[in-house]
Amino acid sequence: MEVFSDKLDVFWNGFLGTVQMCLLAAVGALILGALVAVLRISPIPPLRAVGTAYVTVFRNVPLTVVMFFAAFALPLLGSDASFLKIPGLRDVIKPLGTDLPYFRFATIALTLYTTAFVCEALRSGIGAVPLGQAEAARSLGLSFTQNLRHVVLPQAWKLAIVPLGSVIIAMVKNSALAAAFGVIVTLMGVVDELVSQQYYDAVPVFLGVAVGFLILTIPLGLLLDMVERSQKKVATR
Amino acid sequence: MTDALITLDAVNKWFGKLHVLRDVNLSVAAGEVVVVIGPSGSGKSTLCRSINRLETIDSGTITFDGRPLPAEGRALARLRADVGMVFQSFNLFAHKTILDNVTLGPTKVRRQSTADARAYGMELLERVGIADQAGKHPAQLSGGQQQRAAIARALAMRPKAMLFDEPTSALDPEMVGEVLEVMTGLAKGGMTMIVVTHEMGFARHAADRVVFMADGQIVEQAPPAEFFAQPRTERARDFLGKVLSH
Ligand SMILES: Nc1ncnc2c1ncn2[C@@H]1O[C@H](COP(=O)(O)OP(=O)(O)OP(=O)(O)O)[C@@H](O)[C@H]1O
Ligand SMILES: [Mg+2]
Repeated sequence: MEVFSDKLDVFWNGFLGTVQMCLLAAVGALILGALVAVLRISPIPPLRAVGTAYVTVFRNVPLTVVMFFAAFALPLLGSDASFLKIPGLRDVIKPLGTDLPYFRFATIALTLYTTAFVCEALRSGIGAVPLGQAEAARSLGLSFTQNLRHVVLPQAWKLAIVPLGSVIIAMVKNSALAAAFGVIVTLMGVVDELVSQQYYDAVPVFLGVAVGFLILTIPLGLLLDMVERSQKKVATR
Repeated sequence: MTDALITLDAVNKWFGKLHVLRDVNLSVAAGEVVVVIGPSGSGKSTLCRSINRLETIDSGTITFDGRPLPAEGRALARLRADVGMVFQSFNLFAHKTILDNVTLGPTKVRRQSTADARAYGMELLERVGIADQAGKHPAQLSGGQQQRAAIARALAMRPKAMLFDEPTSALDPEMVGEVLEVMTGLAKGGMTMIVVTHEMGFARHAADRVVFMADGQIVEQAPPAEFFAQPRTERARDFLGKVLSH
């Protein structure tokens, strides 16, 4: 157990790395997911087809494979994803700016993968808004985008918040896979560093990693329960 | 009729194999109040909804204010802004206050200033008798109040015509009167109206013309006094016998 007193900084850095990757991927996936959801309900058939194709592909391919493509196909195409070295952002989230591209690759893969699930959660929310709301908006003369922006999406977000939360929790757990693709400074990367390279006992290290994930996921879950309860209260008022 | 505001010419509509509008011809003059009655499933709602293209038709033409209904896009949005629609289930925007329901169209579609839209919105809420509910959300209002708010929302666009699809059918009986009263006021004020309803009292007192539909066809139309006194067709006699005996 001396690993905790000796190497707390390693755990802490890994934890921070996971938090940073998850924050980036969550924001990215929420934005891209909203865009793909809009594509999927667009009145223009080719746009709909693009949205549907995206969701079909990314929902039905294992994350490992998506990570593989990001880590091995992007370099083949000559990209080290340096477009993510965004000034300002890379000063706050240091791994974005490093020469080693693996953090960026893994973040891209996690974002693209999660986007498909965000899209479907949002779409379920949009589907739960009664049809009459959009009809009333249309009959006032609101355009498709005005209808989404002022009538449908504000109601859909609320209905989608619980499924979206589940998507984000799953994403936090999925982020563990990044360690297998060279991203050392995350929670799972701690295992590689302490067990494979420094020969600490595996069990306490894994315990530490588990606690790290629970610190992230349990509060999210509690928050969701609260939202769900308050929504039920409103519904039965 | 040369001053027709709404004209349907040989309109046909299918839902799959179901022929719901059969060669419908109808012309509504500016300022005219037309009440559409008929048995359930006869196509009344479909007729009403096709006029602002919430339903598309398969053949024939519909003209509004001298122009054929536009296909999708800006022109269609402009047409819809000119045609007020009142639904059976109110369809007030659930996440907005009553006043915000009434000002959304004027500010976003007509690009009025918020101040102007709110001032006129309050005037309309006053007129339909629910100014004191302006800050509440739809779920906090009674059905009758919600429907009056929905009428105010449609009026806020200063429409050239209004469509009503069974506006009182979802209401408790004691609230029907307050909504019909607002509609009667509009009719007297010269609004062009197409009203689908089972309220024969309203048809008698407020309509200029009664249109009787059955099986997707307009079977008979006449001024209310004439229609109710001596319906010409067997089907209309049958229908009136059923609804008036209640
Ligand atoms: N979206 C739809 N898809 C398939 N069939 C439909 C659809 N909407 C209506 N119909 C059918 O079309 C026919 C006409 O419907 P419509 O709603 O216009 O009748 P209505 O006269 O308004 O009846 P009600 O008095 O019950 O409201 C009915 O048989 C109905 O079942
Ligand atoms: Mg109907």
